[in-house]
Amino acid sequence: MSDTILSIKDLSIQYVSREIGTCRAVNNVSLDIQKGENLGLVGETGAGKTTIALGILRLTPKPQGRVTSGTVEFWGEDLYKKSEAEMRKIRGEKISMIFQDPMTALNPIDPVGDQISEMIWLHEKITKKEAAAKAANMLEMVGIPAARYKEYPHQFSGGMKQRVVIAMALACSPELLIADEPTTALDVTIQAQVLDMMNGLKKELGTSLLLITHDLGVVAEMCDKVAIIYAGEIVEVGTTRHIFKDTRHPYTKGLFGSLPDMNSHSKRLKPIHGLMPDPANLPQGCKFAPRCEFCTERCTKQEQELTAVSPDGHLVRCWRAVEEEGGV
Amino acid sequence: MKTAEQQDTAIHEIKKRSMTGEVLSRLVRNKGAVIGFIIILIVVVACVLAPVIAPYHYDDQDISRKFLEPCADFIMGTDNLGRDIFSRLLYGGRISLQVGFIATGISALFGITLGAISGYYGGKIDNVIMRVLDIFMAIPNLLLAIAISASLGTGIASAMIAVGVSSIPQFARIVRGPILSVKGQEYIEAATAIDASDMRIIFRHLLPNVLSPIIVQITLGVANSIIAAASLSFLGLGVQPPQPEWGAMLSASRVYIVDHSYMVTFPGLAIALLVISLNLFGDGLRDAMDPRLKD
Amino acid sequence: MWRYIAKRLLSMIPVLIGVSFIIFTLLYFTPGDPASMVLGEQASEEAKNEWREEYGLNDSFWTQYFRYIKDIVTKGDFGDSYRNGRSVTSSLIDRFPTTFLLAVCTCVVAMLVGVVLGIVAANHQNSWIDAIARVFGMIGISMPMFWFALLLIMFFAVKLQWFPVSGFYGPRYVVLPAIALGLTHAASLMRITRSSVLDCIRQDYVRTARAKGQTEGVITRHHILRNALIPIVTAAGTSFGIALGGAMIMEQIFAIPGLGRLMVDGINQRDYPIVRGAVMLLALSFSLVNLAVDMLYAYIDPRIKAQYQGASRKKQKTEAEEVQA
Repeated sequence: MSDTILSIKDLSIQYVSREIGTCRAVNNVSLDIQKGENLGLVGETGAGKTTIALGILRLTPKPQGRVTSGTVEFWGEDLYKKSEAEMRKIRGEKISMIFQDPMTALNPIDPVGDQISEMIWLHEKITKKEAAAKAANMLEMVGIPAARYKEYPHQFSGGMKQRVVIAMALACSPELLIADEPTTALDVTIQAQVLDMMNGLKKELGTSLLLITHDLGVVAEMCDKVAIIYAGEIVEVGTTRHIFKDTRHPYTKGLFGSLPDMNSHSKRLKPIHGLMPDPANLPQGCKFAPRCEFCTERCTKQEQELTAVSPDGHLVRCWRAVEEEGGV
Repeated sequence: MKTAEQQDTAIHEIKKRSMTGEVLSRLVRNKGAVIGFIIILIVVVACVLAPVIAPYHYDDQDISRKFLEPCADFIMGTDNLGRDIFSRLLYGGRISLQVGFIATGISALFGITLGAISGYYGGKIDNVIMRVLDIFMAIPNLLLAIAISASLGTGIASAMIAVGVSSIPQFARIVRGPILSVKGQEYIEAATAIDASDMRIIFRHLLPNVLSPIIVQITLGVANSIIAAASLSFLGLGVQPPQPEWGAMLSASRVYIVDHSYMVTFPGLAIALLVISLNLFGDGLRDAMDPRLKD
Repeated sequence: MWRYIAKRLLSMIPVLIGVSFIIFTLLYFTPGDPASMVLGEQASEEAKNEWREEYGLNDSFWTQYFRYIKDIVTKGDFGDSYRNGRSVTSSLIDRFPTTFLLAVCTCVVAMLVGVVLGIVAANHQNSWIDAIARVFGMIGISMPMFWFALLLIMFFAVKLQWFPVSGFYGPRYVVLPAIALGLTHAASLMRITRSSVLDCIRQDYVRTARAKGQTEGVITRHHILRNALIPIVTAAGTSFGIALGGAMIMEQIFAIPGLGRLMVDGINQRDYPIVRGAVMLLALSFSLVNLAVDMLYAYIDPRIKAQYQGASRKKQKTEAEEVQA
């Protein structure tokens, strides 16, 4: 498929620390993103979402983090075979990232405008002055007056800082934007504004989006395709319609059960009981088995592969869901 | 579901282990801290048992055997008056340890009290206490210790007070900051609401929050006090000959540095060894008590 | 900014008055009679009394103290030495440059070695160079500097004869004391630098810079170091105070005629005006250095600068922000 902008195959990332042991944060994850497509990556805190994002950019924290298997192909070229210098050209210019916490993502001692122009100046062959002018434009674009170019992060509120971070990420018109919980740290009203703005800018620039979130509402609004991740593994992947209307995996169902629903009259939420397994000590078999109400003998022994349950790309990692479909 | 059960028991066990146990187990895993602790223990025991262990009395002079290089009878040699340096070091260690611990005790007692009062009451009281401490902080530490010991005259007690008083501000500072920030939290308000007395709030609710920095500061404070006291006697203040304080021994022997360098080597080594072990232990303690601070 | 400096300078006045009061009180109540020290125990009570009268020592504590302060403020006069009747002010002026030079050289050695080693160690955490740095740090903070100075003399002055043992007649004479004092202090600076840099390395904005495609060199120099600088600068300010205190010991060991020796001699001879003057001058220079350190903060960190520039502007900003958001 020539339109595949990013293709992650079999990616595994571990964190090794002397005290805790080996954390298997990401396990054999495969994902494709097409040009112009919005892919949502959904999971609980600690499921390995951010680690995947950092893995794509080869920014896995050193020295504890290491990529143990897999490839990340960008337009068919393996990013892990590139030199550091080539990688630097890709970061920011081709693939850029919006980080989770706008409070800490900006350098406190640099004016926000300079932080944006740093990005532009690094990737475009223009003078610093031109870069500054472009950065001022970017600020205006995200709704911050260019007059505030010289101001410092501490002079901005959280929502404004997130706008700065977004302006920075979009400054070089990247082909792929990775947005890691771009709205989690924000108030609900600001959330909507920011999402709206991202959508607008995305359309304008033709960027593909990998949206990392634990908020299914945001996914419904923004994404074409969704991948549900649990304990470092993808458990269900499909179009937004598949996931929302034809939910297969018990975990995904659980996620929806944890949401209050205005339309139904059921009296209580159905939370998923228990906790996600410790990534340093993952259970054998299906990772979700200890919390699953349908768990069988087989689930605790052996894990199902990601298996298609419909011809148009709906995949599930669950024995029961696949059997219901009559497959295997 | 066996795995879930296992997980539950694991969580249960983690909860059961007390905070102290957790700190201790981390401390024991830190090699530096363990080595430091063992050396401190050996030094303390050796110094306490000095009258038993020491082959000679610390003031046992005999000019006929002066300036003997280290040998079987005098493992660290003898000094200009023929006194056994090893014995003098053992007795001297008693003084250094005493000064170190008591001086730190003085600064901890006053510093913690002042810092707690300052942080808890705030306002005018805080202002007055902090301004007074500012004055003390404007004088470099050693200079302050020198000035105080100059006015108190020579002697062990004078050295203890001089060194102790000069580090009061450090303790006050580490206590005041956290108390100031904890004070506004709900559980303190709750304690005030049920009419707990100020003393009870300070001791039961506020000070425990600063316990780990205080303990660490005390360990490192003992190390610093030992060096400061040695510096004082090195300058001819504080502990005086013939008392075998380590700094005083160094000071007295530096005249002979050219021909009898061992006289300078051993007292210095003694100070360095004791202080290194205190610092190793203090560092280990800090890492164990607050893993976040660990690099 | 200027207003802030002026404010800080003004706020130094009560501190210095406090210092003068403390030191004056300490020495006033010190046991031992200066008159007997200066004139000898055998001198007649009459002569002693006359001498006390001459130095105003028969007046009450408060009279003496206020006269002392008045003379300093109006005439810059720190009194006369009990020993030789010489003006303390002129002795201080004679001796101060030597001590100051020694303290500055010490700080330079400490900063160069401590900060550089700290950065390198943090950038190569858990490598062999980090291990060496940590051992150096541990030994350095634990070694009494006077002993280290004696070891240096033993080796470099006595054995190798590269540097003179004592005295003060040129640059060669500063080397050993500055190294002795500087290296012991470099250790604690190194520890602070290392942990400060390590702390900054883990910050999110460093990851942001990497995600921008910034080079590692710029990331270290600009994003990490400038942020790590604040605790380092604080430590450097403290280190100047320690250098001043340490200089007193070094002057004793290396027979350097500085303020420290003047003061220790003054203590031994009960020459209190000298001791008071020396303490005052050292406290003043320490306070000035700390003021300079505070100024540096504002230069490094815009958040601190904002605090200096008054609250009114800040308020305007937040209001404007709320309107926009």
